[in-house]
Amino acid sequence: MNISVQIPSALRRHTSGTAKVSCTASNLDDLFSALDQQFPALKPHLRDESGQVRRFLNVYVNEEDIRFLGGASYAFKDGDEVLLVPSIAGGLSVPGETCPSRQSE
Amino acid sequence: MRYELRCRECHKSWGNAPKSICEDCFSPLEVFYDYDEVRASGDFTREKIAAGPPNIWRYSALLPLPETHEPTLPVGFTPLIKAPALGRAIGASNLLIKNDAVCLPTLSFKDRVVAVALANARSFGFDTVSCSSTGNLANATAAQAARHGFKCWIFIPADLEQAKILGTQVFGAKLVRVSGSYDQVNRLCSQIADEHNWGFVNVNLRPYYSEGSKTFGYEIAEQLGWRLPDNVVCPMAGGSLIIKIKKAFDELIELGLVEPKPVKFFGAQATGCSPISTAVKLGNTEIDPQKPSTIARSLAIGNPADGHYAIKTITKSGGWSEDVSDPEIVDAIQLLAETEGIFTETAGGVTVGCARKLYKQDRILPHETTVLCITGNGLKTTDALIGEYEAEQPIPAKLAEFEKLLTAEFELPTAVGA
Repeated sequence: MNISVQIPSALRRHTSGTAKVSCTASNLDDLFSALDQQFPALKPHLRDESGQVRRFLNVYVNEEDIRFLGGASYAFKDGDEVLLVPSIAGGLSVPGETCPSRQSE
Repeated sequence: MRYELRCRECHKSWGNAPKSICEDCFSPLEVFYDYDEVRASGDFTREKIAAGPPNIWRYSALLPLPETHEPTLPVGFTPLIKAPALGRAIGASNLLIKNDAVCLPTLSFKDRVVAVALANARSFGFDTVSCSSTGNLANATAAQAARHGFKCWIFIPADLEQAKILGTQVFGAKLVRVSGSYDQVNRLCSQIADEHNWGFVNVNLRPYYSEGSKTFGYEIAEQLGWRLPDNVVCPMAGGSLIIKIKKAFDELIELGLVEPKPVKFFGAQATGCSPISTAVKLGNTEIDPQKPSTIARSLAIGNPADGHYAIKTITKSGGWSEDVSDPEIVDAIQLLAETEGIFTETAGGVTVGCARKLYKQDRILPHETTVLCITGNGLKTTDALIGEYEAEQPIPAKLAEFEKLLTAEFELPTAVGA
């Protein structure tokens, strides 16, 4: 399934600043593998040493917490929009820093 | 540096910045202090604290405050009072209430955390402050933003109590009502914090903000004559307050202000939103998120950010967690009001209701020194009591009419068929 993934700012240094990624995945495990492949530097930040999704990483599909949709067993549908959000969200780390979309306004 | 942010899990140091997660492992950041330096400075002793102002700033030496910070707003130092009548009603003989229903300036414990957050918002150079809130935090942020001259944006679930909405708007804050639960509002705010350079008190300023909760714990110990209680019963929404009271007690022990002593921590939730108490009861260490449905809207967080740590704090202390239904919450609000003259909001009803259960279950014994944390004011959640009291019919302004009313009041109801 073709889905899009929003990368939080805290992780964009591992995606060369890319905020939104398009990829093909059928479920969460698949998605993380696709991200691992595309951005090898991202992998240790998404999963711990044993390969488990990190405790404080929340995953939303079309604004719904994936745990309410079946979690790892949820089958992505074409056009799903996935959000990766730290459970205690990060935010910009440097005051004065604005995102590219704001700068272009 | 007296303090800095470090990852709670991997302990990597991140200095001092408006950020709340470790960019390596995604875990929360926590303020770590150099206790040797604090000890050597002599700034955190019983004497120094006693000589300080009668508010949270007496504990400034163990709060993450910029060197330049000069407090101008008295916050906290609320009463810790004995509650013998409530105690008799629920089977307790040594019960105390820490009453943040009268915390200034906005009548909830959130005034404490916002005071510390905004001190940091200023030093980090933000001109706009913001938060996602179930109401009390909205009030506290809006009020203190007004006083300190910040622009202010507040995000709340659309179904919030009217008093909490008005109590935010009156301070001139821009209020955004979001269709959905607090968890959805919170998720939205984390996305907004990624795009806008604002000081979100409970997002990018969260490590500093949550340290303000420690003052609740310092005050309990100081007001007990620099002793720790046996038990603390604490309402839980995001789960931060209970872990920060524990941190406050640990720091007081570390710095020698109180004798070391085990304290049991008991968490209180509404059954309609009980992800933490459910986990404690099932013996789980992780949260299974819930969709909240309870009148205790200030506790209606289905995916509590500090849930994992709240569970740990409770279970490691030998405590427990309970939850109560909406009718039990209303009943407990009335019980506290009628026995001790304290009108608390729904969260306080949750605390009192859960405490009653904990005494019944013998998890708390009658003679133990037990502190109930009352964190908010009943005037903000009067909706919960609608229908509980009859609308009194007016009487003519005549003495005879009053005497008639009085007689009727004491007349026994006539038995049916008599």
